[in-house]
Amino acid sequence: MPNPSEVKQKNKSNRLKYIMEFISEKLFLICALISVLSLFLIIGFVFFKGSNPFIADGYSFIDFIFGSDWIPSEDKYGIFPMIVASIYATIGALVIGVPIGLLTAIFLSEIAPKPIAKIISPAVQLLAGIPSVLYGVFGLAIIVPFLQNNLGLVKGQSLIAVILVLAIMMLPTIVTVAETAIRAVPKTYREGSLALGASPIGTIFKVVVPAAKSGIMAAIVLGLGRAIGETMAVILVAGNSLIIPTSITDSVRPLTTNIALEMGYAYGTHQEMLFATGIVLFSFILILNFVLAKISSKGGK
Amino acid sequence: MNTTLERKEVKETANVENQNDQRSVKISVRDLDLFYGDNQALYQVSLDIREKEVTALIGPSGCGKSTFLRTLNRMNDLIDSVRINGDIHINGNNIYQSKDVIELRTKVGMVFQKPNLFPMSIYDNVAYGPRMQGIKNKKELNQIVEESLRGAAIWDEVKDRLKTSALGLSGGQQQRVCIARAIAMKPDVILMDEPTSALDPISTLKVEELIAHLKKDYTIVIVTHNMQQAARVSDKTAFFLNGEVIEFEQTDQIFSMPKDSRTEDYVTGRFG
Repeated sequence: MPNPSEVKQKNKSNRLKYIMEFISEKLFLICALISVLSLFLIIGFVFFKGSNPFIADGYSFIDFIFGSDWIPSEDKYGIFPMIVASIYATIGALVIGVPIGLLTAIFLSEIAPKPIAKIISPAVQLLAGIPSVLYGVFGLAIIVPFLQNNLGLVKGQSLIAVILVLAIMMLPTIVTVAETAIRAVPKTYREGSLALGASPIGTIFKVVVPAAKSGIMAAIVLGLGRAIGETMAVILVAGNSLIIPTSITDSVRPLTTNIALEMGYAYGTHQEMLFATGIVLFSFILILNFVLAKISSKGGK
Repeated sequence: MNTTLERKEVKETANVENQNDQRSVKISVRDLDLFYGDNQALYQVSLDIREKEVTALIGPSGCGKSTFLRTLNRMNDLIDSVRINGDIHINGNNIYQSKDVIELRTKVGMVFQKPNLFPMSIYDNVAYGPRMQGIKNKKELNQIVEESLRGAAIWDEVKDRLKTSALGLSGGQQQRVCIARAIAMKPDVILMDEPTSALDPISTLKVEELIAHLKKDYTIVIVTHNMQQAARVSDKTAFFLNGEVIEFEQTDQIFSMPKDSRTEDYVTGRFG
């Protein structure tokens, strides 16, 4: 016969367990909600501040996007040169970074003997850990003077300098994501191809890379996101002139640097217009994420 | 009494051997040892595989039969730690002395355990090998693809969907397209590594019928776990055990009167 007081004791300790269970569950939930909450706060804040001049003060959004003059003191807010600069810089970085990144990924996953891969792989990953301001300093100290001397420019800070720095910065993203995708291609594809008398390099380009296509596309889009959002390194090497670039040696000011450069002293409409610049930047990233989601869902099929 | 019977037996075997000798030796293996690092997987394997015959390799898992099969088109080269001693001659050429692995693999095709078609169309799969050989002419490719698919008895099933993804086919169909892909290279020898182990009985039957048909034009070496299959499709059977060839004989002899007690134990299902 169980002692009634013992039963009571047991019930009590069980109840305590349930309460602890309940509390810890909620704790996990709250932690998870913090990131979602931050996201909505940031988006809400940027959109609220950034849309104000177009809704309350009657500025034209079209003029904002396609206007080529950014003169806050004269109440002119056109970010077209910056949009162009951002797009050119990103595309340029892709043109250089993607081939190098992909060939590195292929080399690491398919060709490199293990000891060599063991040296290169961590090096590439470490490249991702370098603070972006150091990329900027490197660009300013090495790339900019190099361009100045070798291309005979008045000022080395230019679109091409931005492109080179961004291309290096996007390498680790592209290499790691593409390498993972290539490694995930079933071994049987390689065997099948080699058994048909295909050369190892032929196998890589005709079978392995096409089979890893969706992962490789994801790598490129992620690298692109990194390039378009990068600020610190770009400020140091871009030159920040407010012109629509006509050559890769022109000094440029992409969207990110515009915000970072002026936010410190801007107030009123000027400040709100910088938030609006942020909206445009955010839209680019959003589109990229959408594309990425499309690609990865396709890859899953 | 006993002696007469034995004599008769010997005479019969001799007759069979004479018949075989009419076919020339396609693949000649002598004293083949294979090591994975420090582990020896094959011990002194010697056998002659004759032209336009089906040779089955049977034995329990891990006995080295797949490893042996893969030495014939040097697929073991892909594993860094593999070391090989001994000689393999195909068409009289020592394949481990020649540097040209690509040439070897165009002559010795392979069909794998699981269908491994590439994620591209049926047409592109079959045309893959010829394209890699530099054939670009569309007419020629079309012809090769049709011939190969017909050769693999799958043409009628896929002719209307050549441009659709090969991965949409059933497993059995995929395996026959794999065979078509192999014969598109016009090889001398086709190696098959348990080609039906991933297939249902009806698909298996179709592949077996195909093997019987392909025998007219190709020398076939097939690894199988299924002893009935070995008995049905092969002319000769080699029984592998722990990396050694225990017995290599006419298939009906292996199954009806094996000489070695270990072979008998295996084919009667006592182990393996």
